[in-house]
Amino acid sequence: MTNTPKQYSARLALSDGLIFYGHAIGVPGSVGGECCFNTSMTGYQEIFTDPSYFGQLMVMTYPHIGNYGTSAEDDEAAKVMISGLIIRSFTERYSNPSADASLREYMETHQLTGIQGIDTRQLVKHIREKGVMNAVISTENVSDEELVAKAKEWPSMAGLELSQHVTRTEAQSFPAEGESVYKVAVMDYGVKKTILDQLRARGCSLRVFPAQAPLEDVKEWNPDGVFLSNGPGDPNATAPFAAPILEWAKKESKPLFGICLGHQLMALSEGCAVDKMFVGHRGANQPVQNLSTKLVEITTQNHGFAVKEDAHIEKVATVTHKNLNDGSIEGLRFKDFTGFCIQYHPEASPGPHDSRYLFDEFVKDLAASS
Amino acid sequence: MPKRDDIHKILIIGSGPIVIGQACEFDYSGTQACKSLREEGYEVVLINSNPATIMTDPMMADAIYLQPLTPASIKEIVEKERPDAVLPTMGGQTALNLARELYLDGYWEKENIAVIGVDMDAVNITEDRQLFRNLMEDIGITQCRSRTAESLLDAKEIVEELGGLPIVIRPSFTLGGTGGGIVWTADELERKVLRGLELSPVHQVLIEESIVGWKEYELELLRDANDNVVIICSIENVDPMGVHTGDSVTVAPTQTLPDKTYQRLRDAAIKMMRSIGTFAGGCNVQFAVSPDNETLVAIEINPRVSRSSALASKATGYPIAKIATKLAIGYTLDELPNPITGVSSACFEPSIDYVVVKSPRFNFDKFPGVDETLSTQMKAVGEAMAIGRTFTEALNKAWQSLEIGRAGLGADGYEELDPREVSHRLKHPFWDRTLQIRNACKLGASVEEIQDITKFDPWFISQIQTLVTLENKAEGKTLETITYDELLELKQHGFSDVQIAWLLSKGGDTVHEDQVREKRKTQKLTPVFKMVDTCAGEFPAQTPYYYSTYEGENESVKTDREKVVILGSGPNRIGQGIEFDYSCVHAVLAAKEMGYEAIMINCNPETVSTDFDVADKLYFEPIFWERVMDIIDFEQPKGVILQVGGQTALKLGKRFKEAGIHIFGTEFEWIDFAEDRGEFTKFLTKLDIPFPKYGAARSVEDAITIAEEIGYPVLIRPSYVLGGQGMRIAVKEDELRRYVDTILKTHPENDFLIDRYLEQAVEVDFDSVFDGEELHESGIMQHIEPAGVHSGDSTAVIPTYTLSDGVLSTLRDYQKRIAKAMNIVGFLNVQYAVKGEDVYVLEANPRSTRTIPFLAKAHDRPEAMVGVKVMLGAKLKEFDLTSKLEGWAIKEPVFPFDKFPEVKKELGPEMKSTGESIYFMDNFEDEHFRKPYEFKNLYLSK
Repeated sequence: MTNTPKQYSARLALSDGLIFYGHAIGVPGSVGGECCFNTSMTGYQEIFTDPSYFGQLMVMTYPHIGNYGTSAEDDEAAKVMISGLIIRSFTERYSNPSADASLREYMETHQLTGIQGIDTRQLVKHIREKGVMNAVISTENVSDEELVAKAKEWPSMAGLELSQHVTRTEAQSFPAEGESVYKVAVMDYGVKKTILDQLRARGCSLRVFPAQAPLEDVKEWNPDGVFLSNGPGDPNATAPFAAPILEWAKKESKPLFGICLGHQLMALSEGCAVDKMFVGHRGANQPVQNLSTKLVEITTQNHGFAVKEDAHIEKVATVTHKNLNDGSIEGLRFKDFTGFCIQYHPEASPGPHDSRYLFDEFVKDLAASS
Repeated sequence: MPKRDDIHKILIIGSGPIVIGQACEFDYSGTQACKSLREEGYEVVLINSNPATIMTDPMMADAIYLQPLTPASIKEIVEKERPDAVLPTMGGQTALNLARELYLDGYWEKENIAVIGVDMDAVNITEDRQLFRNLMEDIGITQCRSRTAESLLDAKEIVEELGGLPIVIRPSFTLGGTGGGIVWTADELERKVLRGLELSPVHQVLIEESIVGWKEYELELLRDANDNVVIICSIENVDPMGVHTGDSVTVAPTQTLPDKTYQRLRDAAIKMMRSIGTFAGGCNVQFAVSPDNETLVAIEINPRVSRSSALASKATGYPIAKIATKLAIGYTLDELPNPITGVSSACFEPSIDYVVVKSPRFNFDKFPGVDETLSTQMKAVGEAMAIGRTFTEALNKAWQSLEIGRAGLGADGYEELDPREVSHRLKHPFWDRTLQIRNACKLGASVEEIQDITKFDPWFISQIQTLVTLENKAEGKTLETITYDELLELKQHGFSDVQIAWLLSKGGDTVHEDQVREKRKTQKLTPVFKMVDTCAGEFPAQTPYYYSTYEGENESVKTDREKVVILGSGPNRIGQGIEFDYSCVHAVLAAKEMGYEAIMINCNPETVSTDFDVADKLYFEPIFWERVMDIIDFEQPKGVILQVGGQTALKLGKRFKEAGIHIFGTEFEWIDFAEDRGEFTKFLTKLDIPFPKYGAARSVEDAITIAEEIGYPVLIRPSYVLGGQGMRIAVKEDELRRYVDTILKTHPENDFLIDRYLEQAVEVDFDSVFDGEELHESGIMQHIEPAGVHSGDSTAVIPTYTLSDGVLSTLRDYQKRIAKAMNIVGFLNVQYAVKGEDVYVLEANPRSTRTIPFLAKAHDRPEAMVGVKVMLGAKLKEFDLTSKLEGWAIKEPVFPFDKFPEVKKELGPEMKSTGESIYFMDNFEDEHFRKPYEFKNLYLSK
């Protein structure tokens, strides 16, 4: 590798042996996780706090990170979810009237470890060609070989149930903005704040339940509809938590809406297959076509698993949305119950607002069933 | 929706001659449009009066009309060609205004011609500032408070309403903000309002509250017939509001907006585009954002492909004009593949993993007395774009691209740190503010202080401060003590070897850039080349479009084919513009046709040569020694072509020669020799070819002695200049003294010549190609204006119209003898002055000239291609060289005097025109001949 500093303060070691030498940012230490990349050019703070990224090492493809600092209102959850940050160029000095801290201060507050000054494009191409893999960022004085060994030992994301690490420990209520029209139970597998905001803005008062909340708790609250949130990890591992609530909602004809992990959980509950992708979709520029209107939405995406297109799908659901790049399934409406689900993030944050109408659709479903 | 099958033949309107605010970006868009339509099977009819365009080459369209852009021409063409549709969005404001004029007359409807790519009613809305304002209010988009005035009285009232000065004036329906500006005083108000009212074709100006100092942004959008809209690129102006975006340093993507604010811009832009009628195509929206509370106001919307779309295309790799054309004929975005990756959809928003900096290029030196402060009316004549992995790297590369003798953002030996001058140039928006910020940092000013004065976003200032910190760190080091990591850090921030050498020289011995290069190479510190792929590496791409940076992985794959490197002409400026890019494109095509891998290096985003599908490989890099050599070191070409890129490329010739790099065509010694006017006249003496009496001088005293010997008036000619830079005619001693003083300041290193000025002589431009045996006469052009007016500023006629057969045969004889004696292989241009039957040689240029594209169009013969192929070894007898010219062709120059009201219109040996058009005529009664003929002596000055 050319043009690599001889004096480095941090390294990134991939499980296949590739090592990058750079400079430490944030707090010193060693952190590991699945190394994935995001191509959004804005919205780094929202990405760091998106629970779906729990435990991952995040490569930002845009080279300058930190330009506009950080601001408490941009957090998507109460803590930083990524386990490490990998960037090309770190900016401490920021410019933004609404910011309250620099990225350096933010990383210190949230105990985030990172590396800067490496060829992130090379890293992204490597992952694109070899598939996602685990890696370790370290500021420690150990040998390259030890770091690679550590990356290899890091548990694979496949089969991991991660929602338990990001979900709320206790149910929490949020009032609707303005008049409350519907009661929506939100199953929190790692829900983003903006999703809650979008629902509340449409007259939904919310009760957000922990991922493993007993069905009785939800039944007792008697919601008009149920929302299954986004979240990290392998949906196959989380499916058992969601099964009781899904079964109940379908039986009781409570409209269902799922986003991302929630989408995969709903598909699984109807017997569809959900597989790990070679390289996930992570960015804010993914084109998705609404197959009924033919309109294209530019969407925010963040998923490493996807619903498999097979003969079974058509029996249980209509494919409503497709990705224009690779043709993958992006949205389903189910045949045997009132419910639909979306693989991408209509709430955006970060990303374009093209798909926020989907929250309106859910509200329409709620209206139709009440 | 698939493409329309109810239309078969489409008329494209070009943008005409290059003017400030409308440059070669419309050759780029027109060329893409032609290609895009023809690959879909449509017949293309084209009108453009600019001969120096690729779009008007025979291969681009089925029928090409080189005619004035007037309603009469359009009607004549429509009569003959009967097109089904017209696409007026690729030719800038000129094309749009022309189409609109005909639309308002009901012409298109009457002829049953569909207007595609734009909604004409929408144009009315976007151009009529009051209508636009009302619409924005309706859809809830905030704007600056303003109202249109139709008289000075109106204007004064409105100013009172807005709470007094300063205010901004924007005339309706003018190009590049012509006539617009910020008004600070009551005097200015009167003058500028009246001028604006005059310049506006509908005699309206908008009086707007001033938001000078706000952050300024542009978004480039595409919309299809299904109302899908995508943002191709976001651009942030480094210069805040108050400076025309064409005059601003800009950066892509936006750097200082959090996602929430960026999405507000995006939402507003989409809403605005959807609100203005129904059309499918490209569009540009400008916003201002308050630096204090992020309040957002919309500035304007342009429902067509623009200069910024060209920049956005080159910045992202996404071919906006090509796709916009497909949308205009009915395709929807989801039906089109992304041509860069081939595997993903064209309906997406590019993500880039590098930083693009555009820097405008000015030519104030050509217009003494011009007001050099920047305002809302564009003054730049061109621009350079640079790509780096970081803002600092791109900014330094942008300064290396500008070709103003700088090797980066300061730290290159031209230190002028007078605090008062620095502070003056920070307060007023001058063209070099980024440099002055660097100077201020160097003088110890804080980010806050600089922000206070300039209103630049602190992020940009702190980035520049980072560069100064690195400078300061390097200054204490020597070539021996600087470490690998320190050198790497400097290179990663875009510092050139020249800058590093200068910094290291401060510690002791003088270091030369070659020593830095040598040290780098021994330490394996060489750049890698990364791909521009629209998707930040998410998908594999095959586009051969690269930029250099100092990182780990090199993505450019060297093939084992024989390669030719073609050096482009860099940013447009007066004397070196689209004509050279035209020849560059032909050089690329010629090299490809002769079996070579053609590698293009250029940094001008407006050009066709920087389209990724023109050359086999494109390096978007400065035409700067170090950057060019890095590419040559990597690619190992058989040789370089530097005779097509104007003076820029030629200037590097000597160093290529020294470095042992092969230069195709005429031996470099001869090219160089022709520039040395002293040596060249000795050569003419030997050949017994007359030239005006002259003497070589190095001082004022020399000059006066020579002038007295040869007699006034005299012509003062510095060596190694383009477009007659610094050339003057002096009629008496004190004038001579004054001009020579100026030259000694700007060009102290070379001899300059004092020529006898031949009064009332006819000037002749003779372009030719010589293959060692035969001389091909590309054209002998007679100037209407007398010798003394720069050839680029003259109205030239081909064939000649008053020269005797005797003179013509003398010209041919001289031309051939010069070609032979100089061992020309390829282009040779000689300029002559003819007085009676006497022929004098003024100068010789063994390279492609500004007139080559004009001649190619006049004869309908590929002059540039022939010249380059001969350079690469072809013989003239291999070509069909018949001319199709009937009657006469006239080259008519276009001047920017309307942009510089404070400058007098006068013509002399220094070129001032920005562009030209071609006109074909049958006889001399034609007013295109009669007018310049009548006024031929009027503007001749110094």
